[in-house]
Amino acid sequence: MAGLPLQELEAKARTLRRHIITSTTQAGSGHPTSSLSAVEVVTALYFGGILRYDPLRPNWPPRDRFILSKGHAAPLLYAALAEAGYFPVEALATLRQLGSPLEGHPNLRRLPGVEASTGSLGQGLSIGLGHALAARMDGYDSRVYVLLGDGEIDQGQVWEAVMSAVKYRADNLIAIVDRNGYQQTGPTAEVLDLEPLAPKWEAFGWAVQEINGHDLTQVLTALQKAGVSRGKPSVIIARTQKGYPIMDLLSEANYHGKPLSLAEAEKALARIG
Amino acid sequence: MKLGKSTREAFGLALADLGARYPDIVVLDGDVHNSTRTEHFAKRFPERFFNVGIAESNLVSMAGGMAGAGKRPWLASFAAFVMCNAYDQLRMSVAFPCADVKVVGSHAGISIGEDGPSQMGIEDVALACALPNFTVVVPADEPSTWAAVEALTELRTPAYLRVGRPNVPIVYDQPPPFRIGQAIRLRDGKDLTLIANGLMVAAALQAAEELARSGIQARVLDMHTVKPLDEQAVAEAARETGRIVIAEEHTIYGGLGSVVAMAAARHHPVPIRFVALKDTFAESGPPEALLAKYGLTAGDIVREAKSLLG
Repeated sequence: MAGLPLQELEAKARTLRRHIITSTTQAGSGHPTSSLSAVEVVTALYFGGILRYDPLRPNWPPRDRFILSKGHAAPLLYAALAEAGYFPVEALATLRQLGSPLEGHPNLRRLPGVEASTGSLGQGLSIGLGHALAARMDGYDSRVYVLLGDGEIDQGQVWEAVMSAVKYRADNLIAIVDRNGYQQTGPTAEVLDLEPLAPKWEAFGWAVQEINGHDLTQVLTALQKAGVSRGKPSVIIARTQKGYPIMDLLSEANYHGKPLSLAEAEKALARIG
Repeated sequence: MKLGKSTREAFGLALADLGARYPDIVVLDGDVHNSTRTEHFAKRFPERFFNVGIAESNLVSMAGGMAGAGKRPWLASFAAFVMCNAYDQLRMSVAFPCADVKVVGSHAGISIGEDGPSQMGIEDVALACALPNFTVVVPADEPSTWAAVEALTELRTPAYLRVGRPNVPIVYDQPPPFRIGQAIRLRDGKDLTLIANGLMVAAALQAAEELARSGIQARVLDMHTVKPLDEQAVAEAARETGRIVIAEEHTIYGGLGSVVAMAAARHHPVPIRFVALKDTFAESGPPEALLAKYGLTAGDIVREAKSLLG
């Protein structure tokens, strides 16, 4: 589908941010800051003309896939799916409530548009590779985009998938690392240092791009370039800020896995506009 | 009983055969295809065969992804490695999304012999049963393994198939009346029921012969499906024969013995004895010697049966 012009895309990103904050504050739990860092990436995918999808046919075989491997950013995925038309925007208010398909982490059996049930970190890239190879066997030119947290790539399974994707020349597989620099208990540099990150992916045989993950133009350009990679899979390391752009309104440097209070949410929504 | 092929070999041949009929079957391997016998499929359908290396986590999640895209993936590795190394992936990439992935654990039990305890899957059935949405099948011989592979292909939900390394006696001369979740009554008797699966089915039949020589009439059930369990067959056995001996090549915790005892307790409590690995790892040695040392022979079933009958 055709992408929105840049100004409307920026407005869409603001809408997703409002949904993330409102839905998690209303739920009283969740991971708003881990969702906020990847808003531009997801906005560009769903509304920038990158992903090929049809909300009326969520399992349409030639579709592209978006797999949220960092499943705790579910509020971001739900906001995008609602805005894309998979379900009414009003349903976002039921996040994490008993009986709601908008569970704490994505559950593909309960919500159309969810491609993988994630939440146990490290599995999304392998699942994405399975989709990519199956689509290729069936003769579809589908692309599979997998969003990984940077802390998530502590997991050894990610590197198993990284090697496999090169073996199978899965050039229809695109990984995006939300490089916000923090994981649950602290900076990635202290918990388990990932650097030098881009050279690692390069050494494993991937096409690597590093961008400012909050600059929509850079995000779009990188996604377009990755989508036409030939012979090898692509990774985009999106340098982001956790909780962007409202982190300074919160009480801790690494505000993780907690919703904003009503007062904080009010300030945050005013900032976002 | 005539010795047939191993259940792993029967699995590999059956899968290659089904590959011709089902173009959407894909097979994933953790670099053990010459052991699990997925090599037969690999030779015939190389474009649908994926050896992902010694990386069970990626193996399982990739299969989950392929199922999500509409394929019928089968993946195989040693029971010990696929169940224990990739349990979280089985849980989140297969069981929770209820993906049509068939998981095959070969070299199950202690009858693999000399390679020793690190290679022996002794807790795989318990682990598989603990996963919601999973069907769990442990076939006895070559013909019933063929039948199991066919039946599981038609089942579009997750399943675990347990196969073994050694050649095993042929239990079924004719194609077995195999239906998932339905025990097969191999012999009738009124004094007690022997319930077994895997290579212990042949041992149970031998034990029944021996008991008959002492005037004891044993019913024998091949309980090839551990989950969903044929509770009706267990209830009938308990009601009609009053005593049960359960035999399996698996740790005594959480396998066939546990689920059958649970069903009997619910429907018709009767005295039960368990022939299984007694909460221990085994060791290296010839398969027959190991089965004897660790109490998994027809003689062990006879002894438990006689102790039940007082």
